[in-house]
This record gives sequence, structure tokens and C-alpha cells, in this order.
Amino acid sequence: MSRIVVQEDRCKGCLLCTTVCPVNIIVQSDRFNVSGYKVAEVPESDAEKCTGCASCALICPDVAIKVYRTPKTKGGK
Amino acid sequence: MSEINEKLVFDKPEIIIDRATHYCPGCHHGIAHRLVGELLDEMELGGNTLMTTSIGCSVFLYNYLNVDAVEAPHGRAPAVATGVKRARPDHFVFTYQGDGDLASIGMAEIMHAANRGEKISVVFVNNTVYGMTGGQMAPTTLIGQKTTTCPNGRCETTQGSPIRMTEIIASLGGVAYAARGSLDSVKNIRTAKKHLKKAFECQTNGTGFGFVELLSGCPTNWKMTPLQANERIQNDMIPYFPLGVFKDISEDGGIC
Ligand SMILES: Cc1ncc(C[n+]2csc(CCOP(=O)(O)OP(=O)(O)O)c2C)c(N)n1
Ligand code: SF4
Ligand code: SF4
Ligand code: SF4
Ligand SMILES: [Mg+2]
Repeated sequence: MSRIVVQEDRCKGCLLCTTVCPVNIIVQSDRFNVSGYKVAEVPESDAEKCTGCASCALICPDVAIKVYRTPKTKGGK
Repeated sequence: MSEINEKLVFDKPEIIIDRATHYCPGCHHGIAHRLVGELLDEMELGGNTLMTTSIGCSVFLYNYLNVDAVEAPHGRAPAVATGVKRARPDHFVFTYQGDGDLASIGMAEIMHAANRGEKISVVFVNNTVYGMTGGQMAPTTLIGQKTTTCPNGRCETTQGSPIRMTEIIASLGGVAYAARGSLDSVKNIRTAKKHLKKAFECQTNGTGFGFVELLSGCPTNWKMTPLQANERIQNDMIPYFPLGVFKDISEDGGIC
């Protein structure tokens, strides 16, 4: 399963990452960070859909996203 | 456990300092910084870089990129970088300038540094406005675009038309590479990085002056959301400021 980690103290809630995700799993959370921005997140229930494409990280202006990719194995992601 | 096989495929470049930036949400300066940082890491230039920063929202760039830096007075980065490179020719020297800085107050410096073919690289962030000072008209402001100094929209008759810097720079003899990219989409960000890499290589292999314009969003002064700002780049900016490589002498010979 691929996944992203949002570094919440860097995120500014601009939502650009939400527009480029091919599986549409990034949303704005209800949490505010120390700067008062509502940070982006992937809800637990959608986590396994991440393909590890890194589009979200490429468009993030604040280098707030790390992407971990797991090679596809038979019968799973 | 799947975590055992997982690979970190995207992370903050080493050279980018881990500190939240002062930029507005959705500001493309952050993307431009990251692309420069990725290339300095990948080309292993970091320890040998002398950055010349400018005046504008990116004035604190030295807080975000872990390289030695000189802060130039408004518009004068190409002149300062000329001196820096001539004094330390073994170093990698680049300027990072906004459109107010480069195309307005600094028009003379950029034109002559390019024309002399200084062996420096220029990163030009064009967001069609003076961002830092609250959104005044820049030489690159589009016709009809409202700013604090053209509240009814820029009028061609009285204010002239937006200057296409990359085309002008490409026409100068000393220039090795001139290209325009955009930071509004994943695809364009990838291409913009290729332009920057080419421009940086022109310096590292001694070919000469490299110039890359990056069409960038300033949601705050455009009074838009970051999403709307990206749409504006697609719909209004790219048609006027076409993307592509306008000069590349590495493709056709080179200068001595
Ligand atoms: C000599 C001088 N004149 C004017 C200013 C005020 N000033 C600061 S930044 C700026 C314009 C910046 O616009 P731009 O280069 O487009 O950068 P941005 O903030 O949009 O990235 C101006 C006019 C100054 N700092 N110094
Ligand atoms: S890596 Fe790709 S699939 Fe995963 S959250 Fe980011 S954009 Fe979506
Ligand atoms: S693009 Fe980056 S800063 Fe913007 S919401 Fe997504 S993670 Fe946060
Ligand atoms: S004013 Fe514009 S250029 Fe300056 S930080 Fe905000 S969005 Fe970026
Ligand atoms: Mg500007």
C-alpha cells in the first residue's frame, strides 16, 4: 500500500494537492496547525487507494508531502 | 507487512531548510524554490553555490535554501551576480528575481548581463504583479488585469502592453538558453524543472547565460483562491506568454 504523510506544520491548506490526486482521496481536515491553517489529509477509510504517484507532492507549494510507494505485488497494492 | 517494501519516493530536498515559509497559501514561490533546491541537490552544486537574491516576496530566500547568498538591491541581482561570478568563477551563481524586480527597476541590469553572456543562471518568477508591496502593476501585468495602480484594469493605450521577457532575452547575442515554463500543473512543473536543469547546465559546462521564466500564481494580489489562480495561469497567462524553449545554443553549436 502506498501512502502520503502530510507534514502538518508546513501545510497551509491551499488545497492544490486535492485537485491533482488521480483517486481523489485528499481532503481538508478539521484540524488547524500552529499557523492557523486547516491541514490536508487522507481519511483512514481511503488510505489504501493511494497509488504513490506523487502528483500531490509535486504541486504542493510548501513541500509538506512525503510519498512512500510500495511496489505492487500479486493480489494487492 | 507492506511497510517493509515501501520506498520514500518524494521528500523535501536536503538543501531546503525545514522551516515553514512566510508565503501566502498557494503561492508558487514555494514550488520555484523546491525545483531549484532539487536541482542543486541532484547536480551536487549546493556546497559550491553563491545565490544572488532580490527584492520582492522572495527576499528571504536565504532562510529557505541552505546556500551562501548575497542580497542585491532591487533589480540589481544580475549586476551583483556578474561581480560574484567574475570574482569566484569556480562557483555556481544564480539570481532569483520577480517580475517587478527583473522587468521594471532591473530592466537595464538583466538586459546587459544577458547581452554580455555572463556565465550565470537566472530564475525569473513572473506573477504579473508587485507581490510584496501589495499588488501594483508590473511590466508583465496583463491587459485588463486590475491592480492597485491600474484599478480599472491595465490599458494598452496609456500603460503599454505586457513585456515578454523570455523572447527579448532570447534575442540577445550572449544568451545560451532561454525558456518559459509554468508552475500551474503537475505536467508544467515537470517541464519547468527540465528548463531549469538546462539553464544550470549551461553554466556548469561553461556554455553561458541561462534564463528561465516561470509563470507563477499570486493568489493574494489576484484576489483569487489558489485553485482559481491556477486556472488564470492556464486561461489568461499561457495564451499571452507562450511556454517553450526560445533559445538553446547547446542544440546548435555554441559560443567560444
Ligand atoms: C529601490 C527600491 N524601490 C522600490 C522598492 C519597493 N519594492 C519592494 S518589492 C517591490 C516589487 C516586487 O515585485 P516582484 O519583483 O514582482 O516580486 P514579487 O513580490 O511579486 O515576487 C518593490 C517595488 C524597494 N524595495 N527598493
Ligand atoms: S501520491 Fe498520488 S494517489 Fe497518493 S495521495 Fe498523492 S496524488 Fe493521490
Ligand atoms: S498542497 Fe501542500 S500546503 Fe496545500 S493543502 Fe496540500 S499539503 Fe497543504
Ligand atoms: S503576495 Fe503573492 S507573491 Fe507574495 S507571498 Fe503572497 S501569494 Fe506569494
Ligand atoms: Mg511579481
